[in-house]
Amino acid sequence: MKVTVDGIEVEVPPGSNVLQACEAAGKEVPRFCYHERLSVAGNCRMCLVEIEKAPPKPFASCAYPAADGMVVHTDSPMVRAARRGVMEFLLINHPLDCPICDQGGECDLQDQAVGYGMDHSRYAENKRAVRDKDLGPLVKTVMTRCIHCTRCIRFSTEIAGVPELGATARGENMEVGTYVEKALSSELSGNLIDICPVGALTSKPYAFVARPWELTKTDSIDVMDAVGAAIRVDTRGPEVLRILPRLNEDVNEEWLADKSRFAIDGLRRRRLDHPWVRQGGKLVKATWNEAFDAIRNRLTGLDGTKIGAISGDLCDVESMVALRDLMVALGSPNLDCRQDGAALDASRRDFYTFNSTIAGIEEADALLLIGTNPRIEAPLINARLRKRWLQGEIPVALIGEAADLTYKVEMLENRPSTLAAIAAGTHPFAAVLKAAKKPMLILGQAALTRPDGAAVLAQAWALAASCGMLTPDWHGFNVLHTAAARVGGLDVGFLPGVGGRDAAAMLAGGVDALWLLGADEADVTKLPASTFVIYQGHHGDRGAARADVILPGCAYTEKEGTWVNTEGRVQRGQRAGDPPGQAREDWAILRAASAVLGRTLPYDTVAALRCSVETRHPVLRNLDILPRSGCSDTSGPASRGTLSDAPFCAAISNYYMTDPISRASATMAACTEAHSGKAMAAE
Amino acid sequence: MLSDKDRIFTNLYGQHDWRVAGARRRGDWDGTAAIMARGREAIVEEMKASGLRGRGGAGFPTGMKWSFMPKEIGPRPHYLVVNADESEPGTCKDRDILRYDPHKLVEGCLLASFAMGAHACYIYVRGEFYNEALHLQAAIDEAYEAGLIGRNACGSGWDFDLYVHRGAGAYICGEETALIESLEGKKGMPRLKPPFPAAVGLYGCPTTVNNVESIAVAPTILRRGAAWFSALGRPKNTGTKLFCISGHVNKPCNVEEELGIPMRELIERYAGGVRGGWDNLLGVIPGGSSVPVLPKSICDDVMMDFDSLRDVKSGLGTAAVIVMDKSTDIIRAVARLSQFYKHESCGQCTPCREGTGWMMRVMNRLVEGRAEPEEIDTLEQVTKQVEGHTICALGDAAAWPIQGLIRHFRPVIEERIAAYKAGHRMAAE
Repeated sequence: MKVTVDGIEVEVPPGSNVLQACEAAGKEVPRFCYHERLSVAGNCRMCLVEIEKAPPKPFASCAYPAADGMVVHTDSPMVRAARRGVMEFLLINHPLDCPICDQGGECDLQDQAVGYGMDHSRYAENKRAVRDKDLGPLVKTVMTRCIHCTRCIRFSTEIAGVPELGATARGENMEVGTYVEKALSSELSGNLIDICPVGALTSKPYAFVARPWELTKTDSIDVMDAVGAAIRVDTRGPEVLRILPRLNEDVNEEWLADKSRFAIDGLRRRRLDHPWVRQGGKLVKATWNEAFDAIRNRLTGLDGTKIGAISGDLCDVESMVALRDLMVALGSPNLDCRQDGAALDASRRDFYTFNSTIAGIEEADALLLIGTNPRIEAPLINARLRKRWLQGEIPVALIGEAADLTYKVEMLENRPSTLAAIAAGTHPFAAVLKAAKKPMLILGQAALTRPDGAAVLAQAWALAASCGMLTPDWHGFNVLHTAAARVGGLDVGFLPGVGGRDAAAMLAGGVDALWLLGADEADVTKLPASTFVIYQGHHGDRGAARADVILPGCAYTEKEGTWVNTEGRVQRGQRAGDPPGQAREDWAILRAASAVLGRTLPYDTVAALRCSVETRHPVLRNLDILPRSGCSDTSGPASRGTLSDAPFCAAISNYYMTDPISRASATMAACTEAHSGKAMAAE
Repeated sequence: MLSDKDRIFTNLYGQHDWRVAGARRRGDWDGTAAIMARGREAIVEEMKASGLRGRGGAGFPTGMKWSFMPKEIGPRPHYLVVNADESEPGTCKDRDILRYDPHKLVEGCLLASFAMGAHACYIYVRGEFYNEALHLQAAIDEAYEAGLIGRNACGSGWDFDLYVHRGAGAYICGEETALIESLEGKKGMPRLKPPFPAAVGLYGCPTTVNNVESIAVAPTILRRGAAWFSALGRPKNTGTKLFCISGHVNKPCNVEEELGIPMRELIERYAGGVRGGWDNLLGVIPGGSSVPVLPKSICDDVMMDFDSLRDVKSGLGTAAVIVMDKSTDIIRAVARLSQFYKHESCGQCTPCREGTGWMMRVMNRLVEGRAEPEEIDTLEQVTKQVEGHTICALGDAAAWPIQGLIRHFRPVIEERIAAYKAGHRMAAE
């Protein structure tokens, strides 16, 4: 279709609206209620344009379908007058408290008032005042500022899938709220802050903290789950003040989960800012040299097979490779990146990645969830699943703990034997999957951390193979990780070598010296008192509590590092600020330790280390881009043991506290309290 | 003057039996199956030829509206929705149809639904019309019992179901798309158009929304022929119309008359004239609260039809004639209407939500005269900023009465302001 906008002829696809045509012509159309990813409300009336050969009145361009041969004017006197009129109406009851508003400097209303506002107000009456709503610990409300664009209502209903926000009363008295006051029960509630065009919904933890122009902005990657959302880290000096999502259509679109956004106050609390050494049963502050001496004293003479290393959930690829290289140099085959004991098979990459890709979810036409609750394990993937569900009929079934996933799910019997029945074709859902063109399954970590995890993995693969999920142009076998470090660890082979012990064996006392690289979810309580534990990480959490030597490292915002998300997408996070005190970058700590131990690692810069990593693991060379491929080899992972009869349970019990950073966060603690209180009230 | 033989609503005053037996005596349900046997196309063409314009206020040709429905019934069913949410201040015509002539509406629903391929029709009745809804439901029950509607309605072979839905008393639910939303169980807020209801209406299906009177006159038009109906009234403003005359008249009443009757004749012949005589007239709101008021000079010779009233910058609206004599405080009267529209604005779109409150507040001050003379111009600009910029017509309806006031009674407002200033200057001295 050809549309002429202000004399510029543009080609737009059928189904476009006039606003999109104007944007295609490079014309900026002011708007408040319109949002590309939400349904069209057409209620702010700011995007008015003039259309030739239509009734002589301005039309809301967001709600008017473009037609072939249409001639649009975005800057005619009629349009300008209409927009000025709407702007005046928006401002008469807006408090104009910009100096004390957190949206100031990044406010759509402020910006557009410059273009369409008057220099004085003609409204001499009293302004409306609206009582603020309590939406929980994350979203602060100043409802007097609300311009009733209903973006928040549409976001929560459509994207987040929790229809908790709505408008009550009518006319001037219309108020946006939760009907009955309650904390929003969405893991995506922080996005309300981004989509609110004014300062009605702002970040509660960030209230009155900073102005946008004071902040240094660093593009990075989120590590609070395995999705690898694109983020922007805003810092002032050394402090991370807020995190916002960046656009990445393939991963997070423009959304971000609450933990990723709000756990940042955990980066300032309970930090390890200098080395510690245990002396006489007590941890004592030490210098780096003293810490390294303690390690050298313990490790010298110890047989390599008696040394082990476990990496944690937030580690970057570079530090894991450095630690692995150090362990190999010390002669140790005892390495494991699976601190939770998940039976992940690293023999082929598609055995442990999300092969359909996140964007590929939108093509799938049948879905089986196994032992997973994507809503809390990966809220952004769940949002994508809901988006797919909204696009049209897609049968979704779950073998696992019942949960509200924001879309309709058929609950199958929660037993591993159901997997076998579907694979054998005796279960009714097998026919549903076989009838689909692009069926997919998502295997959660809860299904793999069980004693029969390897059997579950093999059975799930067999199911995928038998139900047409593995074809040359579609790979429907997906493992959903919960840890940002896991796929990277598996990619670089941070796994037991020949004769090496796995995490469980090491934690049961299989080694005399254990190097924990940010491993805080590992159960260290069964370690014999004699085991010498080195904890390298950034928070004084579970691992550090058991340590004999603590080496303070960097959190993800303080180092440049590579992470691989659950899809296998290689992404690089950037250093946004400095680590506290004497903390150092993790690869550099390992490089220094290797020199002290007389096994100097062959790289002096992170660039050299990365070069070495990419040479050995070519899969890590493809930064950001993830080509999607089908499955050419349907032979599955090796099975060990037999399926048990135990039902699958949840991988995460509390979404808000899953790692050392979120456990240190006061905001996440407040969320935990708000939501556990609600759970108790419901019971 | 309309002769009795040309009246459609022969039980407008309720002196006869409103039930099915009485309705049949008055000619309702006579040969309904034969009309249906003419076929969908023929009925729609007959309605087009009659020149009937929608009686709900906008005056859109009814036959044309019916013809917008898809010709073939696709996978989605068609619906007819009858708008009985009569809430326009001054208007009380549909209420008397529901009370005294419900079978005209029921028969009209059947014929209109058949003409549009709808097997189901919903009548959305204003919440306050409790007894009227009972009458209507009783008429529907009788019609079902007599086989006039339901399976094989009137023996025509057409299955037809008719449902009554009672609203909850919101003016905005009289707007056709807000009515559909409300009928679907949602908050009554107008939808964006396009798509129009004929394409995407009730439950996403092709739907036509018609006013009670438009549907109730259809059977008579089809029985007596388009030529008879179009011979009444004036060109492009054909037929008869129910007028609701209220206010400062000696005998307020509802009356059926030809379109194009002079306003003065209408008021004097049927409503017993203006209280204190025609010369005591201040102004008339000719079509329900949302159209601009006309001063006596225009009322003297204006004719009551869509086009004549549009030419004097007012409108026929629902033909609710609100008469005001010289005892009226015209500013206060219009201020009261502004309060009404502020109260009934749904709050969805900006100009109406914010503008109605602003206009009301200024109007309230103008009643006292507590304003500056320049504010009259500001107020007029505000009405222009609302008008034509909203999703539905409520914004226009809120703006027009004020525009009419300023157009015709500006000196009254200025006097009021001057008097207030004078009074307060004295008080200050």
